[in-house]
Amino acid sequence: MSDIVARWVVLVFAATVLLITVLLVYQLWTGSAAARHRMGWSFLFSSQWDPVAMRFGAAPFMYGTVVTSLLALLISVPLGLGAAIFLSELAPAGVSSALTFLVELLAAIPSVIFGLMAIFTYGEPFLKKTLGFLPFFQGPAYGLGFLTAGMILAIMTFPFIISVSREALLAVPRDQREAALALGATKWEMTWQVVVPYARLGILGSIFLALARALGETMAVTMVIGNDPSIHASLFAPGYSIAAVIANEFTEATGDVYPAALVELGLVLFCLTIIINALARLMIIATTSKGSKRP
Amino acid sequence: MLLLWRKSVNHVMLSLTAVCTFLTISTLFVILGYLLFNGGKSLDFNFFTKLPLPPGENGGGMANAIVGSLEILAMAGMFGIPVGFLAGVYLSEFEDKSFAPLVRYTADLLNGVPSIIIGILAWTLVVVPMRRFSALAGAIALSVMLIPIVTRQTEQFLREVPMALREGALALGASKWKMVATVVVPAGSKGVLTGMILGMARIAGETAPLLFTALSNQFWASNITQPTATLPYMIYSHAIAPYEDWHRQAWAAGLVLIATVLIANILARLVLARGISVPRT
Repeated sequence: MSDIVARWVVLVFAATVLLITVLLVYQLWTGSAAARHRMGWSFLFSSQWDPVAMRFGAAPFMYGTVVTSLLALLISVPLGLGAAIFLSELAPAGVSSALTFLVELLAAIPSVIFGLMAIFTYGEPFLKKTLGFLPFFQGPAYGLGFLTAGMILAIMTFPFIISVSREALLAVPRDQREAALALGATKWEMTWQVVVPYARLGILGSIFLALARALGETMAVTMVIGNDPSIHASLFAPGYSIAAVIANEFTEATGDVYPAALVELGLVLFCLTIIINALARLMIIATTSKGSKRP
Repeated sequence: MLLLWRKSVNHVMLSLTAVCTFLTISTLFVILGYLLFNGGKSLDFNFFTKLPLPPGENGGGMANAIVGSLEILAMAGMFGIPVGFLAGVYLSEFEDKSFAPLVRYTADLLNGVPSIIIGILAWTLVVVPMRRFSALAGAIALSVMLIPIVTRQTEQFLREVPMALREGALALGASKWKMVATVVVPAGSKGVLTGMILGMARIAGETAPLLFTALSNQFWASNITQPTATLPYMIYSHAIAPYEDWHRQAWAAGLVLIATVLIANILARLVLARGISVPRT
């Protein structure tokens, strides 16, 4: 009897997790109704954001979100994967776990701290001096814009790529490595041509996880992206991201349509991150469940 | 010749991976050093005891934000930890084939939802009906973030409790819930506690969900239905403000916040969780 009660109690609490998620989707859907009815699908493609004239378009924010996230991955994937290879293949077990601990600490740093760092540090003027001839680096460098946001996001995504890729690499069976070495491969050839391809799904999963994190990151980006709702080719230009515009404008949005438009932006961001996260989890489950960990 | 080439590629690439490791991990120390330097020279006794001053006046502190943060964290923990813990017990001990994978997957998805969107949820659920920003709304937003973390950590740590302990309890005639309450949970308690501390440390630094739920306050909030200042919000608002003395305060607040979060992490992972592997949050 008491077993049945206990079972139901924990079941109810487990169902709460489900309920919260359903409630979240429901609120985003109904909260954005006014904006969806007014703008329809053009919301996604219009690049006008004019609350006074009640015209709302998501394009500049989607552009900013995607550009900063891709920039972040461009920096963090090679560095993170390199570090993961070092930690799983080269470093002695003790060193590897000590360094992984530091990586987890990096993951624990709140995003507002990254914003605080980025807002008072200027990396852009240096790039302007050295690579100013490229089209991406045209225009004045204020220290606020896509590039600063991308660089800070890169640092924030390191821990995801390093710790998840490291686990995927460690899950590669030992006989794969031994077979490669027995065929005369060098350590690097073994790593790059056998171990990394074997773990590719898990590595891809870690990249997707980092991407989802970068797309949804709010505080650090809001503080440094420059808050300009227009599309620029130059990476120095100030821009805007979905999360940043919600953070900045939500408390001052008045009327029906303006807050609804911001909620609809939230809905777009939610769908993006959910899809990418779901793909990432599936890939990670697919790799780490097979193979045996290196002792 | 070819062999020499392959050997040099080997050495170059392997050293490059070491360089990558150095570059990525050194960011942690750069950040800590920077905060220690800037925050250390800004932090004084007033920071912990005084209220913020209006722009233009030098001095003051963030006493109200420190208390506000603690208050909101305590409430978020009160709401989030029991729900997360019991949901975790369900996943580990009472799971059934059809519903448990759904809950597990949903918890992971909820964990990946951007924190700003959790803020929208709490805004529509609490701020709109109450018609005011409040500490309560902030606490509910943070507890929504806390629940999936605690759920998954509890599940993973309880799963590490050996099967033999469970069988032993059942063989002695304990009912299932008695086995869970008196054998499994105590055996996994260290790990479960670690998971809770890591979850609290994670939400302690969250700012985005507080922007339009708890908002902020220049003064003491008289009760939990008032807008309330928190440390992360203060860092944000002071850092983007154009006043020199506010920047100094922001660094001081940053140092206090990061010290708290990192010490909680280190204690939980190294001291409490000694000998057990800590799953990722």
